[in-house]
Amino acid sequence: MTVDTEKAPLHLPDGVRAGLGLAPAGPHYFFYRHRAWVRAAHWINALCLAILLMSGLNIFNAHPALYWGNGSNFEHPALMLGAYADEFGMVDRGVTVIGGHEFTTTGVLGASKIDGQLLARGFPSWATLPGPNWLAMARQWHFAFAWILVLNAIGFVIYGLWSRHFARDLAPTRQDIAHLPREIADHARLKFPRGEKAKHYNGLQKLAYCAVIFVLGPLIVMTGLAMSPTMDAAFPFLPWLFGGRQSARAIHFLCAFSFFGFFVAHIAMVILSGSWNNLRSMITGWYVIKGRGRD
Amino acid sequence: MLAGCYDLDEKPWFTGALGKVENLTREAQHLFAGPHTLAREYTKADIAPVFRANGTLDPGTPDYKVHLANGFRDWRVTVSGLVDHPLSLPMERIRAMPQRTQITRHDCVEGWSCIGEWSGPQLAVVLAAAAPQPKARYAVFHCADPMTAEGDPDHYYYESLELREAMHPQTILAHRLNGEMLDVPHGAPVRLRAERQLGYKQPKYLQRIVLTDTLDGIGGGKGGYWEDQGYTWYGGI
Repeated sequence: MTVDTEKAPLHLPDGVRAGLGLAPAGPHYFFYRHRAWVRAAHWINALCLAILLMSGLNIFNAHPALYWGNGSNFEHPALMLGAYADEFGMVDRGVTVIGGHEFTTTGVLGASKIDGQLLARGFPSWATLPGPNWLAMARQWHFAFAWILVLNAIGFVIYGLWSRHFARDLAPTRQDIAHLPREIADHARLKFPRGEKAKHYNGLQKLAYCAVIFVLGPLIVMTGLAMSPTMDAAFPFLPWLFGGRQSARAIHFLCAFSFFGFFVAHIAMVILSGSWNNLRSMITGWYVIKGRGRD
Repeated sequence: MLAGCYDLDEKPWFTGALGKVENLTREAQHLFAGPHTLAREYTKADIAPVFRANGTLDPGTPDYKVHLANGFRDWRVTVSGLVDHPLSLPMERIRAMPQRTQITRHDCVEGWSCIGEWSGPQLAVVLAAAAPQPKARYAVFHCADPMTAEGDPDHYYYESLELREAMHPQTILAHRLNGEMLDVPHGAPVRLRAERQLGYKQPKYLQRIVLTDTLDGIGGGKGGYWEDQGYTWYGGI
């Protein structure tokens, strides 16, 4: 679908025009890139993931250590956020212990300030929901938004299959795979597809989205369920699959930070490849294609 | 972006909505787990070298000290409420009943787990002896550990389970841990084990079991000490 271009009031450089939310000068047109249900699912997902990450960090703070196996080997955590106190019992140092190696992370991990006072705390209050350590409330946030995330994901997958969104837009083609090395090189040089090519996800994008939707998503839900003693009774293979309940908890944590890593990369790509154009297309659906006929 | 969330958890409509999710979670888990699926049982090799004790580590009341000093000779677990035959079981009765020994994983709401071997009679057998009345819905467990100001009768630890979880084959009155008599930090002389539930649903220093059709009017009315502090009554996740 295309619509005719708007008329620019002044002849401005494209960079300035983009900043003003105007389509670039020259041959360009609006392209309807994201349908409403994709946009809705995207933003529901974004909200859920933000709340789940922050409430998850609050839950983690109740016992800020990870282990491998069924039980917790308290002497040998795989990861631990801890604090040291001075001779008066005041916390003076926060540490992160990974596989027995200790790193001082005062102020962020292990010990951080609340109302000006350094306290023993896994993740700092600005990263957690609620802000104070409050396991009961954090769990309520976490489970409520986990339900929304899962229902949203089920809807997305059903509609994505039925509408052929996955087959048409997300599944990498043989060509995508063949062009991957060039795609990676282009991304590294911050050279992004333009013109007609910007109408489709590129190979790297497809792989990243598929990995998040079809690998990371199911993994984080399954490892979450594997921490439930009732679900473990219902589905004994769940903890078994991940090497035990504590391993499942550790993988759940790694998945959460993989999601966060994806978020950082995603935001970076959105900004570098045209923040307003991308953002507009995910809010209104419309994306400006610049340079008709090129590429 | 999430600054607004910090106020939301002070708004009753919002916390009420979050609380409703607990019912959804409970029903969904009941649907999948049913009344009979068992928690995994491990081998002796899996037993944790040190089983962490959490919550109350010693009730410390004068009454408890007397019981401890005489080896819990006079300790009793009573079963009352909506039953036809109220019971008062001394420890020797509890030890003499048919025993179930299970090596299971204890999951704390904080996130850690420990594996241990527990022994004791199945609660279903005990309750059957008391003949529950048809309208009984909950088993409420009253304990000897005071949680707040000394002597306040409402502030001893208590918990409750749906009757179907109380009747689960792995729900036992455990008086042994790893082959030894239960020690004080782990709930001597007897505690509840409900293996499909989190740790706070498995009270220690157990004295009274009361079958009821409602949790109203007991403690803060939410069905348990931690529930009265805002934790969900359903403790399966």
